[in-house]
Amino acid sequence: MNPVTYQRASSLAEAVRLAESSQLLGGGTNLVDLMRKGVERPSQLTDVTALSAAIAATDDGRLVIGAAARNSAVAAHPLVRSRHPMLSRAILAGASAQVRNMATVGGNLMQRTRCLYFADVAGSRCNKRQPGSGCDAAGGFERYHAIIGASPACSATHPSDMCVALAALDADVRIVGPAGKRTVALVDFHRLPEDRPDQETALKQGEVIEAIEIPDAPFAARSDYRKVRDRASYAFALVSVASGLTLREGRIDEIRIAFGGIAPKPWRAYRAEAALRGVVPTAEAFKAAADLELAEATPLAGNAFKIALAKRTLAAVLTDLSGDDR
Amino acid sequence: MAIRVNGTEVDPPEDARVSLLDLLRERLQLTGTKVGCNQGACGACTVLLDGNRVLSCLTLAVQADGREVTTIEGLADGDGLHPLQAAFIEHDGFQCGYCTPGQICAASAMLREVTEGVPSYVTADLAEEHITLSREEIRERMSGNLCRCGAHNGIIDAILQVATEKAA
Amino acid sequence: MSKVQNAVVGSVRTVLGWVPSQWLPGGTPDPLIARRAAVGRQASRLDGPLKVAGKARFAAEVAVERLTYATLVHSPVARGRITHLDTSAAESAPGVNLVLTYRNMPRIESPALISLSDFSAVGNSALPILQDAEIRYNGQVVALVVAETQEQADHAASLLVIGYAPTKPTTRFQDAQAEARTPESLLVERNHVSVGRAERELARAAHRVDNHYRTPWQNHSAIELHALTVIWDGEDSLTVHDATQMIAPSAVVLAKLFGLKKDQVRVLSPFVGGGFGGKGLWDHQIVAIAAARLLGRPLRLMLTREGVYRIIGGRSPTEQRVAIGADGDGRFTALIHSGHSVMPTYGACPEPFTLGSRALYRAGSFEMLQHHVDLDVVPNTFMRAPGEAIGSFALESAVDELAHEMGIDPIDLRLRNEPERHPISGAPFSQHARRQAFTDGAKRFGWERRQREPGARREGEWRLGLGCATGSFPYARMPGASARITLRRDGAAVVACSAQEMGMGTATVQTQHAADRLGLPVSAVVFKLGDSALPAAPMAGGSSQTASVAGAIIAAAAKLTGELVRLAGNDSPIAGLRAGEVHLVDGGVGAIGDAARHEEYRSILARAGREEITVTATGSPPLEMLKYAMHSTSAIFCELRVSDATGEIRVDRLLGSFDCGTILNPQTAASQFKGGMIMGLGLALTEETLFDERSGRIMNPSLADYHIPVHLDVPEIEVMWTGIPDPRSPLGARGIGEIGITGVAAAVANAVFNATGRRVRELPITLDKLL
Repeated sequence: MNPVTYQRASSLAEAVRLAESSQLLGGGTNLVDLMRKGVERPSQLTDVTALSAAIAATDDGRLVIGAAARNSAVAAHPLVRSRHPMLSRAILAGASAQVRNMATVGGNLMQRTRCLYFADVAGSRCNKRQPGSGCDAAGGFERYHAIIGASPACSATHPSDMCVALAALDADVRIVGPAGKRTVALVDFHRLPEDRPDQETALKQGEVIEAIEIPDAPFAARSDYRKVRDRASYAFALVSVASGLTLREGRIDEIRIAFGGIAPKPWRAYRAEAALRGVVPTAEAFKAAADLELAEATPLAGNAFKIALAKRTLAAVLTDLSGDDR
Repeated sequence: MAIRVNGTEVDPPEDARVSLLDLLRERLQLTGTKVGCNQGACGACTVLLDGNRVLSCLTLAVQADGREVTTIEGLADGDGLHPLQAAFIEHDGFQCGYCTPGQICAASAMLREVTEGVPSYVTADLAEEHITLSREEIRERMSGNLCRCGAHNGIIDAILQVATEKAA
Repeated sequence: MSKVQNAVVGSVRTVLGWVPSQWLPGGTPDPLIARRAAVGRQASRLDGPLKVAGKARFAAEVAVERLTYATLVHSPVARGRITHLDTSAAESAPGVNLVLTYRNMPRIESPALISLSDFSAVGNSALPILQDAEIRYNGQVVALVVAETQEQADHAASLLVIGYAPTKPTTRFQDAQAEARTPESLLVERNHVSVGRAERELARAAHRVDNHYRTPWQNHSAIELHALTVIWDGEDSLTVHDATQMIAPSAVVLAKLFGLKKDQVRVLSPFVGGGFGGKGLWDHQIVAIAAARLLGRPLRLMLTREGVYRIIGGRSPTEQRVAIGADGDGRFTALIHSGHSVMPTYGACPEPFTLGSRALYRAGSFEMLQHHVDLDVVPNTFMRAPGEAIGSFALESAVDELAHEMGIDPIDLRLRNEPERHPISGAPFSQHARRQAFTDGAKRFGWERRQREPGARREGEWRLGLGCATGSFPYARMPGASARITLRRDGAAVVACSAQEMGMGTATVQTQHAADRLGLPVSAVVFKLGDSALPAAPMAGGSSQTASVAGAIIAAAAKLTGELVRLAGNDSPIAGLRAGEVHLVDGGVGAIGDAARHEEYRSILARAGREEITVTATGSPPLEMLKYAMHSTSAIFCELRVSDATGEIRVDRLLGSFDCGTILNPQTAASQFKGGMIMGLGLALTEETLFDERSGRIMNPSLADYHIPVHLDVPEIEVMWTGIPDPRSPLGARGIGEIGITGVAAAVANAVFNATGRRVRELPITLDKLL
């Protein structure tokens, strides 16, 4: 790890001022690890955990979560558990209790891929670390890599569970920068790699994530998150599904679906949603919607199974959500 | 400012790179907190930070400035054993003993989380405020602490016993 | 380590002519088998209070003044040469004391390779250690940086500039198979076993299975990282606090390498945070000790987790063929087991996956042969139940396949082929009750609930299945184990040898043993271990330590008996009795068969005017292994669920029924069995070292990406045992450390087949193989 200075921002304004010349530090669960591996080499750290960690509902029912809120606090919050259970479950599916106690919401949005070649500074080429240098993951171990949304430059997946639920919940990211405030939809916050896999988010140098906002919606209350992985717990997703729906007269009314583990960003399944609106929930309908969503999936040598896995996991989640016992 | 470690005030290190783990082990000789990976992947370095379980390997010591750290050495009142420590011995919740302090620190915080109604990934109804502590609940909640000797059954037995005694 | 047994037999044969033996096979079984008091009792670990309080001091936790910290640098290429080496930036970085490369590393030999004819040879690699510019595998140590703090050393290590001229490495298993070597022996066991004409018998068998099985690279992944604290006192006194499972042998080797006398080196390792075969002597100890000597300062080196994967070898991958032919009654007419594993020419440890198959079943003909694939890799080494753990996956899957094809219950098929004697050597079993282990286990497990037709049981999205398998692991007692007993006038005893405590319960169990052996309460006995200054114990390996140390204590107790009889003289109730006519009982020496003739130790010592008596003795040669086939055996049962939607597997129940002789401490033994079985779950379902065959680089050098089972993967495990003493071993006990893992992978695979109808012949059984 390079020598580094450390300071704490006591206000949002101070954080914005310091963000220009330093790297922001939340819980450190990803950044400190990457610094130790030599992937990240900041010379200045600005700790932003003293900024707002509040979790509260606004008058119009939107839930506002301060960027410094710990993941565990969000997952355990009564409003999240009752109104947005998929978010609670998604966070609880991630990492371990220790990590969730440290990790912040802002940091979770900014976490970087777990691609084995990205982490291997000494031995592997990576276009995300060094644009244009090449990708040693291609033709290597690609089990955890994307089947959709990837580019020839990079097929690494976004590792967050929380962001998958946020994508399905129509969440917004509130950002503050030198030029003032702006809001970006979560689904637009992360970007696809194309030829610049190093540019991962819409956040610009000098900007700070202030909060996320989630609208209240009936589908969110009837929602869940399922994560499929290589061991029962404490592992990254091969495939995950966040979904919520409402039924009216035996047909799907509102529905949201997002996938994790299959794309370079949380993958909102708009096509599948459109196919399912107004439809009687049946196994055939779920399969047709999943087929439509993943029609353009292009698997790599080591992850073709994910297409079937994603479809079947989606069907399992939707069967559960549309069942009578909900 | 200072870091309070098991009730004693300690200066944060000059070098911001020093992890809380290395501060404890190399500078304070509190070697009960273990290094299993330094990657945030095994839980052996678990300590309590303001009462919450965290990984000391991924915590820079300076981040703990102004906060309270409790390690395995400070878990028990006085010189006796914490009920979890005694239960781990009774149920053979370890073999080599290396992951043990982290397991015990994690378990102590976990039991508090349960009384506070914090759910887990395997909690069926997330809206339910009261958590029914099953073996499966404990196993999921302790999954951040790896054990390679295979003392998993004894660990869960020990925790379940302490949880039951607390509830009684 | 089944080859341990064979090696021991080999070395014993050579000395048989002149070693006096007090404890011949065919002689009287150990009297403690009948007379035990503390042995066999449940007892909590004596080191428990220290461990739960965080006060047990491991190798990297010894406080030393003026300590320096070190970091290793590894090669990112597999073959080639260092063509450019610039250490200046690293050397001028803050706090740096030394940058050690091949240029300034003292010229030093590599340690002699692990050999079972020389028990102090413990090297895992014949490659030079930081001696030249040559790169021989990806991950090889190319530099060590020493600084005042760990942070400074780590940072300086990143400033080293090293240029490589890479050459093409051999890193593809299948490519290298074409040029595989066929060794004469697997350590000392002969490689090629050919009894009858197995291929011909297979071809004309009424029923047959013939399939290939694959197992991956794996790593031990002990939670404690490899670490040592080195202290030189001048040029000729070396103390090493090491995390090692070979204390005394390491001290001997280090003395030789660093030009010291044996008593000038002390290796201490009272607690080891898990070993499983991985905590041996590797490059890092040699480099760190050399650096500390150059520097004249104490030094600590703890490998990073990545470093452990880079320079500590793991379990070799294998590709195995198992073929079984059977007649109409299910009796085996042919048993064929062959295949390939990796063993570089500079390695020491073959992966003897066919050895277990030689002891399990009767068959009309046998054909077994292994080939070694030579790759440019960190040399593989022994990992818990080397050979047996993965060989049993292939064999016991094949038996299940045959049972299915014949429509016979798999337990029934196994019992129809239960051998009366060792199937290859013909030696009688010392004690063998696998049939009982199977029968008792099946009853307790509820085997009758198993549906013969695969995929017949369902609960929601889950398909349920049951499977079983058997395991066999050889008994071994190492020659040369020594122990010292100091008996004090107050009636307390200190028993000491350099044994290893890595969590197996050695300290606790040998205290129980010594108490019974000396006729003392446990509270009056202290057992000291973990220090090469104590009488030498062999390394912990091959599930042999308990028997080896017990044999040494037996020898020392016999010697002590002689001393006491002599000291007692003519004014004692035992006067006139010879050593063979007395035993140590009730805190003193008593006539065998006459409780009235007895004198307490304190009385004997007081009359003789002695404060204490100290004796040291070496255990008798393990002649029992010459005459008998001695194996721990097991029956493993598994019940699991497979998701129809996702292919995820959840193991609901796992039961191990063991036949391992006397169980010395039910609590610590149960933990050993369960620990092995849980490692078996990892072997079956989750563990794989991702070796990139393009670069020869391990790509998941992390506990986040090398998946050992977590709590949620581990069900409540049941263990049970026959408890029938082995009349040919100390205390009637056989090894229990490695039998637990043996057979588990096959039991899981067989249960997966029963649940889904899918036969997976490649480990780990990940969900994609079931979609």
